[in-house]
Amino acid sequence: MSSKRSILGKGLKAAALATAVTAASVSAQAAETIKVGLVAALSGQSAKSGEAITRGLSVAIDEINANGGVLGKQIELVRRDDESNPSRGLLAARELIQKEEVAVIFGGLDTPVSMALVPVMNQLKVPYMGTWAAGTAITHNGAEENYAFRVSAVDEIVDEALLRYSIKHYNTQKPGMMLINNPWGESNERGLMKAIESRDMPIAGLEKFESGDVDVVPQLTRLKEAGADTLYMVGNVSPSAQVVKSLDRMGWDVPIVSHWGPAGGRFSELAGPNADRVEFIQTFLFAPEGEDPKGDAVFAALQDKYPEIKTHADVTPAVGIANAYDAMHLVALAMEKAGTVEGPALREGFYAIDEYEGLIKTYSKPFTPENQDALGPDDYVFAHFVDGAIVPVSK
Amino acid sequence: MISASIISGLGLGSMYALLALGFHVTFIVSRTVNFAQGSAMMLGAVFGFTLYQTWGLPLWLAVPIALMLAAIYGLAIERFLVRPFASRGSDGWLMATVAGGILVDNLVLFTFGKEPRQFPSDWASSTVELFGSGVYIQQLLIPAMGLLLAAALMLVNRYTRLGKVLQATVQNPDAASLMGIRVPRVISIAFAVSTVLAAIAGLLIAPLFSVSSDMGTLFGLKAFAVAILGGIASAPGVLVAGLLFGVIEALVTAQLGSAFTQIITFSLVIVALALRPDGLFGKRRLLKV
Repeated sequence: MSSKRSILGKGLKAAALATAVTAASVSAQAAETIKVGLVAALSGQSAKSGEAITRGLSVAIDEINANGGVLGKQIELVRRDDESNPSRGLLAARELIQKEEVAVIFGGLDTPVSMALVPVMNQLKVPYMGTWAAGTAITHNGAEENYAFRVSAVDEIVDEALLRYSIKHYNTQKPGMMLINNPWGESNERGLMKAIESRDMPIAGLEKFESGDVDVVPQLTRLKEAGADTLYMVGNVSPSAQVVKSLDRMGWDVPIVSHWGPAGGRFSELAGPNADRVEFIQTFLFAPEGEDPKGDAVFAALQDKYPEIKTHADVTPAVGIANAYDAMHLVALAMEKAGTVEGPALREGFYAIDEYEGLIKTYSKPFTPENQDALGPDDYVFAHFVDGAIVPVSK
Repeated sequence: MISASIISGLGLGSMYALLALGFHVTFIVSRTVNFAQGSAMMLGAVFGFTLYQTWGLPLWLAVPIALMLAAIYGLAIERFLVRPFASRGSDGWLMATVAGGILVDNLVLFTFGKEPRQFPSDWASSTVELFGSGVYIQQLLIPAMGLLLAAALMLVNRYTRLGKVLQATVQNPDAASLMGIRVPRVISIAFAVSTVLAAIAGLLIAPLFSVSSDMGTLFGLKAFAVAILGGIASAPGVLVAGLLFGVIEALVTAQLGSAFTQIITFSLVIVALALRPDGLFGKRRLLKV
């Protein structure tokens, strides 16, 4: 009995010792790394966007860690799936901040998720860095101390860019709008109307369509009869393809200038031979090899890390990767400037960034308390599909 | 503009009618409906796409196999989601078929993939001129097929032995059973017919639309509205209601704008049912006390 007890005692002691050693090593490890979080769609219809953001962040983190990390520590990425669902995203963000103690959270594709996260981030004083969702109100959230930053398109600025582009290239005088019937469409309705009203331009009409619409000929016919000379389109891949097919049936050859919805999935397969008619905005495209050394270097790093990437068509659309890549580097610079990863100081760190030569552009004073969006109207490129690949429009 | 809307509307309307006929067929023989009709439509398109595009089978082989699989789906729904509840006099089949449809949609999401795909068809790539507006041949094929199938269904009902069996089951299941008609089998067949009709709708619409796991959801919902509107017990009623619903939908969109489409079409459904509670063409059922 006593021998049994002593064995048990020894075992317990050993276990306690082992636990202590493990705990010590874990805490030592925790102290050695700075955790950054990602809350994005890693499953469901938008899973590819989460994958692109992960790839962009990972390549940037590898570069930063190879150069000695930030503040002498390595960066570690912790990911959580929001399933494109705001309440899931909120739970994930709280867990990352309170349990994993991440210094910053990167956001994903879905505007509604980002909109749910931002008030909590402002309250908990942890910076939020948007890498994809374009909803204007994400960064323009009205908070006194705004912790939401973004390296991505902004609906309101995109809408202004769509007008500038179509007026320049198609001499637009009376545009018609085809907008998806959801909050994203509404966000752009406000932006487009603002841009149109500032020019005192008449409109041919504003039509909504559903993502399940098979035939949008009736909507388009209304716009055509009202004399639309350009179409502004906001919608995801599948509904945008239905617009192109309906135009095709009507035999109406009108310029289509679009938000970045078509830039994903199989737009050229779904929209058919006229897919190339749609000109949409992008924040970044990988240029042909040799034209952009920085782009070539990042693409090579991507290929090294993810062998399934063979050509530029395998990283379509490139915006998620490029936005996330630049966003991670800007976060690292903010940490260096702040000298700490404490939220309030880190937020000031963002404003202190002077210049960063990024993948999308060279950023100079990218963030100010008045403007927490690093990309502006001149940072968009217009692209279209040619043989299944996204290429810049040559105009 | 009006002719273009009417053609669009007739095409969509026949889709609703095909799905709604499926509701009708099961309702008349068993007083139950399959709320997974939308998923049966989606399965028709997904099976067709997989067999034809992914596996490279010729179309004449891919289509019958897809329809056969859809029929098996209908049999399974009846056997596992309807019969266990209906035989006990429970209305549980209602929720069970809804749940079954959601389950299948999600299974397809995981197996077929998240991205919508395009079903290639020569009939949906070149347009023909009709009353001054361009239409795909596929768009004309849909109402033609819809009318043909509805007519076939009515002829079978009226002139064949199967039709007589169906009629007998509809009129008095107990008496039919005593006359040697295997009522459960008739009900099974009705469910298979209903999912095959939905699958045909799915195969017809796929080239105009895209193939994806959620393509049937909204269609299934609208088709049920159409079935109720037409008077679910009347096949011609369901057919006319489907075409009417599609045409009104397209005309409202074209004349008043898309913001009004759902508001006006569904308001009309409510008004129509308030005026004629048994549907536009339904007969009031006499309750024997």
